[in-house]
Amino acid sequence: MNADRLYSTHRPGIVEILTAVCLVAAPFVLPLFDAAPNTVNRILVWGLFGIGFDILFGYTGLLSFGQSAFYGTGGMVAAYLLTRAGFPHVVTALVIGMVAAAVVGYLVGLVALRRTGIYFAMITVAIAEVFFFVEFNPLSHWTGGENGLPGVPTPTLYLGFKTIHFTNGWSLYPFLALCYFVGVLIALRIVRSPVGAVLRAIRENPLRASAVGHNIHAYKLTAFVIAAAYAGFAGGLLGVLQAFMPPDAFTFDTSGQLVMQTAIGGRGSLFGPLVGATVWLFLQDFLQGTLKLGATWKLVLGLVFVLLVFFLRQGIIGAIRDLYGWIARRGRVAAKPAAAQDAAPLEEPTRATLARVEPATTMTPVHHANELHTGAILQTTGLTKRYGGIVANSGIDFTVNAGELRGIIGPNGAGKSTFFKMLTCEVHPTSGKIVFEGRDITGMSVTDVCQLGLTKSYQVNQLFNRLTVRENVTIAALAELRGRFRLDLLRNLVNIPGLREQVERTLELVALTARMDAPVSELAYGEKRRLEVGLALASSPSLLLLDEPLAGMSPRERVETVKLLKSISQGRTMIIIDHDVDSLFELAERITVMHQGRILLEGTTDEIKGNDTVQEAYLGGVHEVDAA
Amino acid sequence: MVNWANFVSQLFNGLALGALLALISSGLTIIYGTLGVLNLAHGAMFMLGGYAGFAAYKATGSYVVAVAAGTLFLLVVGMIMERVVIRHFYKRPHEDQLLVTFGLGICFVELVRLIFSSDSQVVPPPKLFAGITNLHFMFYPTYRLAVVGIVAIALLVLFLVLYRTRLGLIVRAGIEDSVMVDSLGINVDRVFMVVFGIGSMAAGFAGIVNAPVVSLTPEVGEAILVQTFVVVVIGGVGSFPGAILGGLISGEIISLTSMVDPAYAYVMLFAAMTLVLMLRPHGLLGVKGRE
Repeated sequence: MNADRLYSTHRPGIVEILTAVCLVAAPFVLPLFDAAPNTVNRILVWGLFGIGFDILFGYTGLLSFGQSAFYGTGGMVAAYLLTRAGFPHVVTALVIGMVAAAVVGYLVGLVALRRTGIYFAMITVAIAEVFFFVEFNPLSHWTGGENGLPGVPTPTLYLGFKTIHFTNGWSLYPFLALCYFVGVLIALRIVRSPVGAVLRAIRENPLRASAVGHNIHAYKLTAFVIAAAYAGFAGGLLGVLQAFMPPDAFTFDTSGQLVMQTAIGGRGSLFGPLVGATVWLFLQDFLQGTLKLGATWKLVLGLVFVLLVFFLRQGIIGAIRDLYGWIARRGRVAAKPAAAQDAAPLEEPTRATLARVEPATTMTPVHHANELHTGAILQTTGLTKRYGGIVANSGIDFTVNAGELRGIIGPNGAGKSTFFKMLTCEVHPTSGKIVFEGRDITGMSVTDVCQLGLTKSYQVNQLFNRLTVRENVTIAALAELRGRFRLDLLRNLVNIPGLREQVERTLELVALTARMDAPVSELAYGEKRRLEVGLALASSPSLLLLDEPLAGMSPRERVETVKLLKSISQGRTMIIIDHDVDSLFELAERITVMHQGRILLEGTTDEIKGNDTVQEAYLGGVHEVDAA
Repeated sequence: MVNWANFVSQLFNGLALGALLALISSGLTIIYGTLGVLNLAHGAMFMLGGYAGFAAYKATGSYVVAVAAGTLFLLVVGMIMERVVIRHFYKRPHEDQLLVTFGLGICFVELVRLIFSSDSQVVPPPKLFAGITNLHFMFYPTYRLAVVGIVAIALLVLFLVLYRTRLGLIVRAGIEDSVMVDSLGINVDRVFMVVFGIGSMAAGFAGIVNAPVVSLTPEVGEAILVQTFVVVVIGGVGSFPGAILGGLISGEIISLTSMVDPAYAYVMLFAAMTLVLMLRPHGLLGVKGRE
């Protein structure tokens, strides 16, 4: 049950059915093990709380230590409505609490998401602490302060002929189980939606996720709000479960327990928090009750947690998954001893695909009628970049016509990569202007520029490492098909028109069709390089920049890649930086030579080949540097 | 006139708290800057310093011995923690570092609870600083005045270590560019262990110095940790001067707001943090690029 994969291999709906079966069976099976119904109910509340947190932490990679703020807010709003305000309907109150938590989550997210990594963790801790104090003091009139809000009613369900009243213990269980189930259903839709795909991309490589054209800040905020909404609803359920809304829902301990349970159970699986809560609460009962350890139980749990983080990075579910994979792999090896057969077919499709690629089947850039721009597609004037006293680029005037394949050469440190970074707006020029397809893009964001149809493959691979080849390309293609940001949370990825075709065509173009289900970590270097190009290609750019696509490749790989680049260049404009001058002369019509941050020369390949200054720059330049 | 004296006394409280926060945050920020690890157990180490000093005080009855014990104990704990646990997490993602230090913090707190119980413990101030000083316009607890001096001296020592020694040079270089330091042929392993020890020691020292001001409980580090985070965010991660500036600002905000209404102390602190994040996302004295 690997919920982290975008393209699941098991039958659709199987996870949902298994969840339903387990939830229905629990009240019949668990009493046999002496499980207290109250413990089971608490596990469900923690599990639901954790689903949202897992979307934030496990899927998006944002570790928040401040979820108690939303848990408490949702719980207090619902409890206030049901007790002090005399609101009659429990489920509606829970939903209102959830909405309140989501709104608060949105506002908090605006501040907390200004920074990432450890800053984000610190800020969430601080914000949650503010909520704790505010709840206790200034708002104690509404929240009951340290007394909390007693007397939260339990829900009833009117079926038309009969009214079911959920009270406590096993009687309340069906209601909580239903809430949990609905929570799982929605979460599964979310993680299988295009949004879920982008969230994983942000976790793996935020820089690349924004470079392929996703507005990652908006997506992070989305994940944050989703987590807050789940927390808010679960907080409401806590009040229902205890018939009392405790103020300690707001404490740092609550956030900490959630984080620990998720890490114990396994992040990135949606069910991890439930498993973690089960381990936590049963261990607590066992250590406190059976072993009479008293307060020491938390020390034992702390030690268990540290050991788990140390040795089982993906928690219990991750360990089970790894074990299962290991057994499955052993089974496969035993069944098919001729392991050599595995390697052989990989080569064949590569050649075959390369041969098959013809202009007719290549992806034509869909970005805005290219033919309109018969003249200059890209033009820079006086482009200059200074880092303190160092001038990386100075006064670059550069023009590329639509449909052209331009090569850029120059010795190391000539400023080629900086020039590319300015073109894609990863860095902003100190002065000068960039015009792309007649539009001034100077100062725009890398995301917007990619959306306009200008993107780049990186000199050092920037891939989504824990995702498969197909998932990688899918993420890039989604940016082109869906734009910077879209909230199609419940739409299945598979149902996006044109996605499948675009992914397949891209994979074919970069000859990775046979490897599409392999995780990036299993790829050979040359394959990773091709995927790097594929990521840029998947957004069907009208202008594609390639930063040293041939670097580090073997001579044979180079020959194949040059062939591949030729086929890609059909119907699109490309600029390639590379040190492999021979390959570049074969590919490009015109060559620009850069030297010491300036353009030294520009001309056809023949002109460049015979030019003395170029020889001087490459050989003489090296001597100059040595002398300096 | 009563209000005026109250104001000045709160100003002093803020200074004492701010100096303390500056010291603790310096420890946190040095560790983060050099090693790239945010130690969520830092608050627990502050608490450990207090309890180690308390144990030493019970045994000897001497304040000086208590301070020495609390400080040295944390130096040792920090070095062991780096050697046994943290070292294995340098190459792992930030989240894992946060998780493991968070877990260790809980272990420390619960271990102390097991040994010393949850009851609050008291370390009295030394005789020299006992009682109240007449500042002519108001009376002020002598020990609190002394805390400002003691912590200022500790910060000065830390400054001298950071800016006048070879080790300090490596630490500051590491904050600037850790990759470069790695390639200079410096025995990074040992430096890292010592840096983690010194950072922890700062928290431990603060813990025992602060013990006579507030009574000791196992949870005493939790609130401090949160305040330390705000200090670091305001001052800028990895910046020693930033930690001091952030500490003083935070201390004064907490104290002066408490004078009006203690409930809003955190709200104001948070508002200040948000303001800094909006205007200078990298902190007042932080450097861009270190995340």
